[in-house]
Amino acid sequence: MKVLSTNRIIYSLSLVVLAVFVSHPTLSGQTNSCVECHNELDEELKAPAETFKRDIHQQFGLSCADCHGGNPSEEDIDLAKDKTFKGTPSRSLIPEFCSSCHSDSSYMRRFNPSLRVDQLDLFWTSKHGQLLKKGDINVAVCTDCHGTHEIQAATHPKSMTFPWNIPQTCNRCHSDKEYMKNYKIPTNQWENYKESVHAHALFDKKDLSAPVCNDCHGNHGAFPPEVTSISYVCRQCHPSTGELFSQSPHKKVYDEMGISECEACHGNHKILPPSDEMLGTGENAVCIQCHEPDSKPYQVASRIKGKVDEFKEKIHNVESLLERADRQGVEVSEPKFRLSEATTALVLVRNLTHNLSLIDIEEKIEDGEKVITEVAEAGEAALREAKFRKVWLIIAILFIFLLAIALYLKIKQIGKKTSA
Amino acid sequence: MSFQKKVNMKHLIQNVYSYADSRFKLSELLQFATKKKVPEHKYSFWYYFGGICLFLFAVQVFTGILLLLYYTPSIDSAHESIKFIMSQVKFGWLIRSVHSWSANILIGAIFIHMFSTFLLKAYRPPRELTWVSGFFLLLIFLAFGFSGYLLPWNELSFFATRVGTDIASTIPLIGKHIKTFILGGSEVSGATISRFFWLHVAILPLFTTIILGIHILLVQIIGMSKPISLAERKVKEIPFFPNFILKDSLGWMLILALIGVLCVFFPWEVGQKADSFAPTPLGIKPEWYFTFMFTTLKIIPSHILLFEGEVIAIFGFMIGALLWMLVPFLDRNAAKERRSPFFSFMGWIIFLYIVIMTVLTYLLPGW
Amino acid sequence: MKRRNFINLFLGGSLTATTVAFLYPIIRYLLPTRQTEAVIKKITAAKVGELAPNTHKIFKFGTSPAILINTPNGELKAFSAICTHLTCTVIFESDTETLLCPCHNGRFDLGGNVVSGPPPSPLESYNVEIAGDDIVVSKKG
Repeated sequence: MKVLSTNRIIYSLSLVVLAVFVSHPTLSGQTNSCVECHNELDEELKAPAETFKRDIHQQFGLSCADCHGGNPSEEDIDLAKDKTFKGTPSRSLIPEFCSSCHSDSSYMRRFNPSLRVDQLDLFWTSKHGQLLKKGDINVAVCTDCHGTHEIQAATHPKSMTFPWNIPQTCNRCHSDKEYMKNYKIPTNQWENYKESVHAHALFDKKDLSAPVCNDCHGNHGAFPPEVTSISYVCRQCHPSTGELFSQSPHKKVYDEMGISECEACHGNHKILPPSDEMLGTGENAVCIQCHEPDSKPYQVASRIKGKVDEFKEKIHNVESLLERADRQGVEVSEPKFRLSEATTALVLVRNLTHNLSLIDIEEKIEDGEKVITEVAEAGEAALREAKFRKVWLIIAILFIFLLAIALYLKIKQIGKKTSA
Repeated sequence: MSFQKKVNMKHLIQNVYSYADSRFKLSELLQFATKKKVPEHKYSFWYYFGGICLFLFAVQVFTGILLLLYYTPSIDSAHESIKFIMSQVKFGWLIRSVHSWSANILIGAIFIHMFSTFLLKAYRPPRELTWVSGFFLLLIFLAFGFSGYLLPWNELSFFATRVGTDIASTIPLIGKHIKTFILGGSEVSGATISRFFWLHVAILPLFTTIILGIHILLVQIIGMSKPISLAERKVKEIPFFPNFILKDSLGWMLILALIGVLCVFFPWEVGQKADSFAPTPLGIKPEWYFTFMFTTLKIIPSHILLFEGEVIAIFGFMIGALLWMLVPFLDRNAAKERRSPFFSFMGWIIFLYIVIMTVLTYLLPGW
Repeated sequence: MKRRNFINLFLGGSLTATTVAFLYPIIRYLLPTRQTEAVIKKITAAKVGELAPNTHKIFKFGTSPAILINTPNGELKAFSAICTHLTCTVIFESDTETLLCPCHNGRFDLGGNVVSGPPPSPLESYNVEIAGDDIVVSKKG
């Protein structure tokens, strides 16, 4: 009996507590008058109430009033839009509008301690920020890249700031000739980037580490990288190539002449997949951009290209040799495995072309050629084996025909006997 | 000295023979075979196709047993093991190519054997059961082909199996169940390989042994039929052993040489490994011996009166096959040793239909 | 020699020759091959104790190179040694305790993940087991 009565007390107490929670507006997810009213309105004013449901701020428990002020617990429109109500900020005020929270580290820590809080400072250093300061409200502000009421974390694949959406986000303004006409900068960046090796990695291979606009230009502090900094930007991902370039005779000359390092040969937005055609003195070679025919560097370029081509040709030959043997059913997995050392050497040689040292290149090629010789021997042996098998088959078929002839003679002989 | 040796040798052979003879009744068998006569006339060329089928079947059994040594019937390693046989195993490419080539030649030889038997009316009494058992052998060998085609688990065979079993599933009421039963699940999967392998190396060989045994026994007991048109005339006859057998083996040797040449110059391809998530490649076709049915299903209108065209076609084939099997009992004229032009005519129509449909499959692109 | 004898001899001789010509490939076919299995999923990469801590060994796994690493704290790890960037062979750099691709300085941590450089995706990692005296590496899944 006693146990039962204790349970009853607990039960009734919890009912009371529940009733308090339900009746208290702030504790029970109260109705939001902003949403209620805006849902009744026309398209443009209804949109925020609809799209905010998918906004990251909503997921962290923030609501309209946290940015726009006002009192959502008031049903009456005049009471709701009280003194704290900020309404829609003008474009020029948006950076401050967002940064009132995003630059406040103690506030931001509550939601995401690892998120940076220097976006506003960076923004003022960007080309966008500088122009905004001068009163140009056509430049990008926070909402142009992040959206307004449907903001997503940059890690969300549908976010405007997710790697494979970024080119489109920037492109909305930067490809618009009409929109950009006052700024006197090209509008073909997207056209060019689309064909680059980086775009291919990002869009075709879905490689999220491939650079998009902001990886070279910065995001909040977006600015065209200057001649000297381009090489450092590329070195972020291509350190060994950069190191080799620094050892090359080009380094000093480029510095003196103020030529940007990587860009001079590879371009900027349209960085095509590098090919061996870029080497040497051929039609598509980059060396002839600067070097006159018959000059010494011209000859070196031609020699390097010759070496690489020769090496490639050798690899190709031995590859097709193995392929031929493979097609004829001979075991060549071992030499094929060995050949991977030669292809590794080729990749290394291609990288070495950045320091332009013939000695280094020749040394590496020699390593590779040793492997190729061994593989070629194995390939030849495999082909001999294949030939041997064919010869055996021809012999077998010959024997079959002899047997057939013997049978034919026997049949005739027996036929004669029976008819006789 | 050498004469002595020769005599001894002869003596030894005679001893072994008489030992075996008294136990296996060899001389009775030999006497039967020598006594048995095979008619020789202008149509006797077609008699040899039965022997060729038997020989090719022996080649299949032999190379099949050899392939079993390295083949693994599982989704992970079926394709890899075929590749292994083709590239790593000594003469593996030869064994596998012989198996594939001779399988196709075998099906072709079976069709020729069947149509020649039909047109020469060799099915008439007392050989009705030879015909019926032959019909079952046809079905068994088609099943051999269908199941064997999937085993290398390459793209073509994968999708051909999918399309083939999809056709089975259009049969009303039981179709879906048949498909699930054949595939061992709702889709072509690892379970399908196990099933097809089981069918290909255990079940079908078992049935073949029984029915082929009956078929050959009947041929041996009843002997070869003489065409009706030659009934009046006196036809030359040759002994089954050794004359006919020797001629048979001459044919076999020529076929063997042909297979050898085909294998050296056109080794059977391994293809791309099947990927069940890949989209179906364009123009996927079943093996050539199924294409006449496949193409019929494609060109038939989707609706005939109230029924689905596909269903009608499938029932048509089933009824046609049943009638085909029962031909010896339907052809009353032939049974009375009279000419039956209607059946000859139908035979030619069906033959032409199969040839035209098969050719159409390969001539019309995108089919 | 009589014609009949000649034909018999011819028949017997060619029959024997054909049989021999056919037996040869069959016997070769039946003899075990060097690689004993169609698909290699498991391989003995090294012996226990062969690798000192903080060293590595490149071994052949099927038809491609793989790397076995004994970490400084004695843990064994195995990865495909094919760099995901341009398929060069990676090595273990003991002083940084990372895997390094010499071609373009791609770097991977001891979980196979990309640390720096151009590789687009992690290295394929393998299971490592110790069976008696052998370190056995097998493909995952």
